[in-house]
This record gives sequence, C-alpha cells and structure tokens, in this order.
Amino acid sequence: MRALALALRSLSREWRSGELGVLLLALAIAVSALTAVGFVVSRVSAAVDLQASEVLAADLRLESPSPLSTDYLVEAHRRGLLTATSIGTLSVVFHGDASQLTVIRAVSEGYPLRGTVQVATSAFGVATAAQGIPPPGEVWAESRLLAMIDAKVGDAVSIGAADLRVSRALISRPDQGSSFTELAPALLMNVADLGSTQLIQPGSRARHAQLFAGGRDAIAAFKAWLGAHKQRGERILDITESSPQVKSAIDRAGRFLGLASLVAVLLCAIAVAMAARRYVQRHLDSVALLKTLGATRAFTLTVSLAQLGLIAVAAAAVGAALGYLAQAWLVIALRDLLAVGNLPAPNLAPIVLAVITAVAILAGFALPPLLQLAQVPAIRVLRRDVGPPRLAAWLAFWPAAIAVVGLIYWVVRDLALLSGFVAGLAVFLAVLALGGWLLVRLAGALRGRVGVAWRYGIANLARRRAESIVQVVAFGLGIMVLLLLALVRRDLLEDWRASLPADVPNFFFINIPPAERTAFFDALKDAGGEATRALPMIRGRMTAINGRALDDIVFPREDGEGFANREQNLTWSTEPGADNKIVAGHWWRPGDEGQPLVSIATEYRDSVGLELGDRITFDVAGEAFTATVASIREVKWDSFQPNFFLMFPPGLLDATAGTWMTSAYFAPGAPRPIAQLVKRFPSVSVFDLDNILAQVRGVIDKAAIAVQSVFIFTLFAGLTVLLAAVQASRDERRFESAMLRTLGASGGTVRAGVLAEFVTLGLLAGLLAAAGASVAGFLVARHVLDVHYSFDARVWAWGLAAGAVLVAGGGWLATRSVVRQSPLLTLRGGA
Amino acid sequence: MRDVSLAIAAGESVAIVGPSGAGKSTLLALLAGLDLPTAGRVRLGGTDLTSLDEDGRARLRAERVGFVFQAFHLIPALTALENVMLPLELADRRDAHAQARQALERVGLGARTGHYPRQLSGGEQQRVAMARAFVTRPAVLFADEPTGNLDAATGARVCDLLFEMNRDLQTTVVLVTHDHALAGRCTRALHMDAGRLT
Repeated sequence: MRALALALRSLSREWRSGELGVLLLALAIAVSALTAVGFVVSRVSAAVDLQASEVLAADLRLESPSPLSTDYLVEAHRRGLLTATSIGTLSVVFHGDASQLTVIRAVSEGYPLRGTVQVATSAFGVATAAQGIPPPGEVWAESRLLAMIDAKVGDAVSIGAADLRVSRALISRPDQGSSFTELAPALLMNVADLGSTQLIQPGSRARHAQLFAGGRDAIAAFKAWLGAHKQRGERILDITESSPQVKSAIDRAGRFLGLASLVAVLLCAIAVAMAARRYVQRHLDSVALLKTLGATRAFTLTVSLAQLGLIAVAAAAVGAALGYLAQAWLVIALRDLLAVGNLPAPNLAPIVLAVITAVAILAGFALPPLLQLAQVPAIRVLRRDVGPPRLAAWLAFWPAAIAVVGLIYWVVRDLALLSGFVAGLAVFLAVLALGGWLLVRLAGALRGRVGVAWRYGIANLARRRAESIVQVVAFGLGIMVLLLLALVRRDLLEDWRASLPADVPNFFFINIPPAERTAFFDALKDAGGEATRALPMIRGRMTAINGRALDDIVFPREDGEGFANREQNLTWSTEPGADNKIVAGHWWRPGDEGQPLVSIATEYRDSVGLELGDRITFDVAGEAFTATVASIREVKWDSFQPNFFLMFPPGLLDATAGTWMTSAYFAPGAPRPIAQLVKRFPSVSVFDLDNILAQVRGVIDKAAIAVQSVFIFTLFAGLTVLLAAVQASRDERRFESAMLRTLGASGGTVRAGVLAEFVTLGLLAGLLAAAGASVAGFLVARHVLDVHYSFDARVWAWGLAAGAVLVAGGGWLATRSVVRQSPLLTLRGGA
Repeated sequence: MRDVSLAIAAGESVAIVGPSGAGKSTLLALLAGLDLPTAGRVRLGGTDLTSLDEDGRARLRAERVGFVFQAFHLIPALTALENVMLPLELADRRDAHAQARQALERVGLGARTGHYPRQLSGGEQQRVAMARAFVTRPAVLFADEPTGNLDAATGARVCDLLFEMNRDLQTTVVLVTHDHALAGRCTRALHMDAGRLT
C-alpha cells in the first residue's frame, strides 16, 4: 500500500513537472495509432463483408439440388436471423410465338437480405431500387428476355402452366454474379406462384436456396450449427466462398491489413522499449536513494511497476479515445472516396485489443529494464558511476521475443506467415545491427578528416557505440516499414488493377451454333466488339475414375461431389491460352491430336483428387470414353475469358455436337448493338458482365482505401518511434552540450555537431532500411501476397532522404531546447 | 581498505578526512551498510551488517540511519514535505505528515513545504535533506561532504543545524569532509590515506 501510495503521489508530481510526459505520450500515440488502425480496419472490413454479402444477397446461403427442410428456417428464426428462400430453375418463357430458355427465380418476402434489386418501368430503362419482391401474379423480367421474346412491361408471359404479368423490367439483382452457370436471362417471381406454374416436379432440376442474414457472431454460430445439421448434397456459401474474385480480394486485403497493423504493433514496442529505457535512466538515482533510506527491492519494484501500470492504463484510455476520434475524422475525410454509402459503425473490439497489446508490450519490453532498475545498489548515492547490474541476456531478449511473436501470431494467425515474418525480422535486425557496428567502427577513421562539428557528432556516435547501434536499428526499422508499406502497397494496388484491366471482356456469348460461328464473329467485329478466344462447349458427365465407379469414391472436397454429380462443360483447344499456366505434365504435343487425353484445372484436381496419369471415364452424348490426365493447369479465372476445368486435345470431340462460346469487350459509351446481335442470332445467349465487374471493383476499391488508411496510421506510428528514440538520448545531450559550451564552443558549433550526428545516423538507417525494404518487399510480394514484385531504385533515394530528413529533423526539434539551455543551469542541476 | 578497525560511541561526532581517493566514502558506505566488505565485519548498534542481505540492511537503515549527501539527493518528483515524509513512511511511522512538517519548520523551511527541489536553492535543498535525515530520529547520521556544494555562509548555517541536532537528539554523526572548519567542530577526526586510517 505504501509503495502504491508513493507511486501514485510521485506519478502525479512527475507528470506535473513533465518528467513522465514523454513516456505517456509515446505510449498514448502508439495506442491511438493502433486503435485507429483497428477501428478503421474493422469498419472497412465490415463494409467489404457487407459488399461481399450483396453478391450472395445474404450473409450465409444454403443451397441444394433438392428441396431444403424448413427446420433450418425455424432454427434461424429462433436465433433472430433474417431469412428468405429462393428457388431457381431453367424453363422456357413464352410470349406469343416467341420463347426463350430463362432462369426462373422464385423468391420469398424479404429477398434480397443484402443488396438491392434494381428495376425499371421499361426494358433497358432507368434503374431504381425495387421495394420488396414481385407481388403474386406478377413477374419482373430481365430486359434482355423482353427483347428476345419481343415483350414489354405490362404483357403477360407463360411460364410452365401459369400466365403471369410482367410488371417491371429487371435490371440487376445482387446474387446474379455469384455463379457463371446462370447464363440465360433471368426472371424474378413470387414463390407463391411457383406451384401454379408446376415447374418444380419430383426429379426436376432446380436450385433450392435458403438465405440468412444477421450479426456477425450470430451468423458464425448459425453456420456452425448448419454445418453439423445439413444433409448430404446441401452446400453452405458464405461471403468468403461467394465468388473467386471477392474471396481473393478479401483474403488479400485481410492479410495486408494484418501485416500493416503488425508493423504498427512493432513500432509501438520499439517506442515503449526506448521510453522504458529512459524511465530507468531517470530513476536510477531515486531508486538508489529509496534503498538508502531503507526501501527493499520489492518495494522499489512495486513503485516502478505501479507507475508504469498507471501510465499504461492512462495511455490506453487516452490513446483509445484519440484513436476513436482519429478514425472518425479519417472516415469523414474519406467519405467522398467511398463509392457506396456509409461505413458500418465501428465495433469496440480494438479497445480490448489495444489494452491487451499495451500490457503485452509493457511486459515484454518494459518489465525487464524495471527488474534491472530494482537491482540498482544503494551505493550509487555515493558513487554515481555505479549502475544496475547488466541485464541478463535472457531477460533482455525472451520477454520481448515472446511478446512480439505472440502478438504477430495473434494478428496473422498463420504459422507460415508468422515464421516468415519473424525470420525476416530477425535477419533484418541482425543486418542493421551489423551495419550500425560497422559505421561506429568507421567513424574513428572519418573523424580526422572533418571539421570540429562533424568530429564531435561522429565522435558521439562512436563513443556511445551500443546506444548508436540500438538507434540505427530502431530508426532503420521505422523507415523500413514505411518503405516496405509503400512498396507492397504499390505492388498490391498495381497487381489488383492489372488483374482487372480496363478492357476486361464485359460480354459473354454462349450457344453459338457451329454453323453460325463465322457469321457471328464477323457481326461481332462489325458491332465494335473485341472478341477474345472462342472455345467449343460440349456437355458431358464423368462416370468413373481409374475404372472405379464414382459412388465408390470419397472426394477430398465437398465440391468434388458436385463435379461428379452434374453434367460438365467440356472443351477442346489447340492452345491453352495466356491465362492458363501448365503446372504439371505437358500441353498437347505433336501427335496428341485425337488421343484420349485431358488437361484439368488445379481446382478440379484438388476437389476430385486427381493426379497426372489418372484415367477419367466420360459419357458424352451417350458415348463413353476414357481419357488420361496429361496436364494440370492453373487458370486465372478473373481474366473473364472463356475457361474450362476440362480441356481435351483437338480431334477427339470435334465430331460431337456442341456450341461455341466467347467473350468480348465493348468500350463504355460506345453504342452496344447487342439487341441487333440478339435478333440476328436468336439462339446465341448474351450476358452483360458490367454489373458483375462493378461489384468486384467495388470490393477492390474498398480494400484499397483500407490499405491507404492503414498506411497513414503506420506512418504516424513510425514518427512516434523516431521521436521516442531522439527523446531517449536527450538527457545525455543536455549535459554534453552544456559541457561543450562551458569549454567555449559556440551555440552554432554545438548545434552543427548535433545535426551532424543525427544526419549521419539517419543516412545509415535510411541506407539499411532501403536494403531491408527491397528484400522484405520482394519476399512479402512473392510469398505473402502472391503478387508480382518490381524493383524500384527510388526506394534507395527515399530511404536516404527519409532517414536524413526525419532523423535530423526529429532530432533537431527534440534537442533544440537542450542546446539552448544555459550551461550553468544544466551543470548545476546535474544531467 | 586495509587494516581498518574503529569503534564510534553513541552520541559522538566523527569526521573522516583525507585526500581524494583515500577511501573516505568507501568507509562511510561500509559503515552505513550501503556496501559490504570482502573481508571483516561491520556492526551497527549491535547488529552485524555483514550477516544481513540487501533488504535486511535496508530495513536496518530505515530504522536507525539518516543520510545527508553532497548532491542533496532529493527526489525531484516529490515536494519538500513529501521528501521528508519518505523515510517515515518507509519505516512505517505514524503521523508522517505532521512530523515532516515539524522537521521542516525546525530547519526554517516551514513556508516552503509545497515546493519542489528544483524550485529551491542549494542551501534550501540541503536543509530539506537535513530535515529528511533527522525526522526519523536516527541513531546514526551519515553525511558525505554535506557542505561541499554550498557557499561558505550557507555551509556554515547547515553545519550549525547539523550539530544542533546532534546535540539535541543525541544522534551519532559520521561525516566525510574536506572542510577543516567542519572537521574541527567534530569530537573526533579520523585521517585516511590510501585505504588506511593514519
């Protein structure tokens, strides 16, 4: 109690006399950077999730080829979730003599749970957000469908046994882009009318879906429940599985944001270590005096711990509040950049994270020096040269290492990423330390050739060798992460942009009859479309693998069964296409034409469990044949070009009846004479991908904004470390500058010396940081983010400039008052 | 330190004098239990300091010992009053506040109890240190160059205070000094040179 009372009393006094201000400030700024990052990240990831949910029209979706039990809906209601149902099937829609194969979507009240349905009062008219779903007796038909069957809004169309009135033109619905299998035009109807159409009979092909939405935790719990209770053949889709593009964008964003916040955490740790070091230096005399006056080691340790603990609590509170304000300000500033609506409210989890992180950092980085402080011998009151015993190596290293590794794991939750990052960090720190040591060794050689100011500055570095190395490492790490972030951010954004070039195909054409192929491509070209490759499309079914019937095979993944149970689209081609990379085996060689070989996509390999040389038996149009897996391809699905899981060599399936498909790019703003194409080639189905692309771009844009926000806050964190590092040596400098001035040095000389020292320190740190960032950037781009890395020489210029300017500028500002102070005052008051 | 053997009686005032590096401060540190001899024994009021661990010696100091230093060694974060209260609190004495105030009044600083060390002059700081040293009514007061950082007039006033308290409270005083006037006022002077008493 006495120790706590003393801690509290001297803490408030020290705060008022400005002693602990630096420590509190460093920790508070670090925590505020961390919480601001946490808040913004949580809000933007929630927005990304929300956007991704729109692609599903729900947070969670259960799909099955057979009707789904209503038990799931009952359970979801019990848990307070929103629900809706959607049944999709293919049927021909008639209007007069015209007919068109159409995706019929029968939905229940509440659909869509996420996103909005866009409708217009006439075909291709101005889109507005629909209220609710089509009332019974009415349908909303896609504009394309209306054009194809020559109908308009208000007409009645026949669907199965029912006649229903088209009351709106359907422009878009949220879940239209979730799968490319729905290539026919769509029609939205009320599920209440489904019975009267008699479309769904036992055994008829349909896709039954139940949609669920609610809070994140409730959805996660319900997903787990569904996973345990769902029947075979029923499939759960959530936002991470909704579509390959969205999944990949979220995954990359998540990893990058994790990495960026990790950097902020490490910068916090460095700042705290420096502040703690300074705290120890400042309290050596007080602790020695307390011991002289009769205080035990436990008492002095309790005083220090209590003070640091109180500072941590205050810093966490102030920092979290500042972080909350900062993120609110940031979101307001970014509002114009956010294309869609407001961000969801932040959750408070980052506060918990900030407090736990602050405590972990203090325990890892501040506790060991405090233990050391408690060891100061009382004799120091008589002999100032006596300090605490050297910190045991294990005590200096292990708590910090455990704290860092624990925090890194907490953020990335990936052992591979953890080990890579830790190894990289260790190597980088070792290289920086070696570089710092080299400079200090070289300093002696340089000293004789420079003026007095530089000699004094460099001599300072050389004399405080260990401290200089620590500072070079700290500055170097601070600059490196900023450079690394800039590098990785650039690579990431460029890679994302490159993955969706402006002229990505925006129209798909399927069902092109072989006889009309040439005429169609000519017409496409005349209409201004730039067609990509054309591939044939043949329906077939897998029946056996290596002679074993599919029923006897357990597939490694759930979707393997899907591949086994349904008809697949097969194709043949002479070339694999630039967006296909052979990762195993070989592409067709001369003489392979007409041979029973097949090339499979990696997804197919993984889901079905295939290897090179496996023999797959197919049934195509009633004829069975067995093909050997000759190659495995990695397919870039987001090239928006025709691609297939299964490709055969030419000459094998040529005779089989099939159609052709292609994709094409029409420049925005250019007339899109799609209607004429549809009229001239009525059997060809046309799909406008612009809506899907807009959804994908929206997700990517949000992720990019998140990345930039994190970048800004990590920059602040880096500057805090610089400030803490400069502050750490302030007391020594105050004394030295007073000494120098007493010896007759002018204020200008002292200032020049200080500047020379910081510039030298900054240049070296910048040099090493640029080298570190280049290597780490390469590793991160290659192994973590899986994007292309391009070398950038400007990193070196930026590293050197940033080092010199930031370190010299920060050092200058922080030591200005030191240099200005009267030497007499300083010497009298002690250092 | 070689062949040093001495006894100091209760209520005595002893000055340790000698050239720089003679071992004066080392002797003081050993007597106060701030340091331990590699060989030999130090007894303080009947307790063998060399048989106690660091915390044990600290407790003994809290109960029986006061200190005055050349560099004052006040805790900058605490006010004059709080600095004086500190040893009372460490020794678990009651009524620390009133006793500390009384001690400060006695050294003539009753009006400056709320000031921080940096707001006080050197002489005032040393008087606060004196109040801190005597407030627990220690059996022994150790002083290391108590006037070393003070001008002659201020030093003399601090000396007066020191011996006044020595007399009034029957405190044993052991001080290291270069100041011959100060040494001359002690009942005994020990001369040290190269680690020996001469």
